[in-house]
Amino acid sequence: MSNPVLGKGADVLEAQDQVRFETLVLPHLDSAFNLARWLLRSGADAEDAAQEAMLRSYRFFPGFHGGDVRAWLLQIVRNTCYTWLEKDRHGKDMTEFNEEMHGPASPTPEALAIAGDNRERLTHALESLPPRFREVLVLRELEGCSYKEISVITAIPIGTVMSTLSRARRQLQVALVGPAGGDCP
Amino acid sequence: MSCDRADTILHGYFDNELDALGAAEFEHHLEQCSECADGLAALKSLRSSMNRAQLYEKTPAALRKKVLADLHVARPVVIAPARTQWRWLAVAAALLLFAYAGWRVVSVFRGDNHETVLAAEVVDAHLRSLQPGHLTDVLSTDQHTVKPWFDGKLDFSPPVRDFAAQGFPLQGGRLDVVNGRTTAALVYGRRKHLVNVFIWLSSEPDAVPREGSTQGYQWLEWRAGGMEFCAVSDTAPADLEQLQRLFAE
Repeated sequence: MSNPVLGKGADVLEAQDQVRFETLVLPHLDSAFNLARWLLRSGADAEDAAQEAMLRSYRFFPGFHGGDVRAWLLQIVRNTCYTWLEKDRHGKDMTEFNEEMHGPASPTPEALAIAGDNRERLTHALESLPPRFREVLVLRELEGCSYKEISVITAIPIGTVMSTLSRARRQLQVALVGPAGGDCP
Repeated sequence: MSCDRADTILHGYFDNELDALGAAEFEHHLEQCSECADGLAALKSLRSSMNRAQLYEKTPAALRKKVLADLHVARPVVIAPARTQWRWLAVAAALLLFAYAGWRVVSVFRGDNHETVLAAEVVDAHLRSLQPGHLTDVLSTDQHTVKPWFDGKLDFSPPVRDFAAQGFPLQGGRLDVVNGRTTAALVYGRRKHLVNVFIWLSSEPDAVPREGSTQGYQWLEWRAGGMEFCAVSDTAPADLEQLQRLFAE
């Protein structure tokens, strides 16, 4: 995918900003890539998106006036990825998990444990969720974010993070044991 | 689902987001509600599955290289912290940013760019050292262990002395890079604070200490015996001056 931002270096920051950027932002490159990877469901796309997001964060950095730097960076990553998802209407991303179709029944812990032991299955299940559910799960379970950080990154009101996570987990559980809902009652 | 808490509070409890009172209340509820108890077991199972599957996607080396090239980063960066270390970074970030406004004002008035950059580098190195596992390469309070450790690793012999009796117990040493030079870093304790003393070779004449504060950290720099010393800490400036006098004795 051609991208006007890529292919050239960023403007050079002032010396002290450069040092601060390297100390504060660069260590979160892994978080940036991981979030992009799960939002875009493709390692190759995530590389490009994470690179673009890092460049943007570098440009925006003089305007960063403190706070949670990882949340600040992941906000930029998320925005970059959503722009990509908008542009990339190949259809895949439009077939979101349908709660009604798959039913709200919750699978048993045993069925979950068995299904969850398969990395591939877990990956597919997570990828089958809509991005807004995928991101809260990635931020909470993989990135260890607090509700407050999730709220900052995703722009979900802090009061709704818990219920969003609840719905996301329910969907993941159902997706894990298959569309039939596994052996749940 | 008939218990509405299974879709709400249960998750807050599971994620440690409830306050103490809320958590205690919910635990009481858990004893009586099998639905929430089952729900909690399912959440635990799901989380341990996700942990076992190691879904965290590692950054490809090629991406790291591209990003460093884009952002004009010539020197090696701190490798991304493990998940348990991010709180440290958050603390460091908070300290850095808290002091940043003050620093901008100071640097405008001082106008000494070289010194500013050096101070920033030294404070940067100090902050890096505070991350878990970065503080010391040789962990010893014994100067006769630390000093030989540097042999062959540097083209000079840093003065390694323990000042425990004077309130600065030696904690260890490591190699570090400051301003593109390999330096010896000695780590001293000072009450509950840590002091990094960076030492590198210098061809400049001896110089009396200069002190300053960058990003909320105190630093004291001096030259003696063909070496440049820079002590950095969040302790009081007087402590650094005392340490400098101990080195001079």
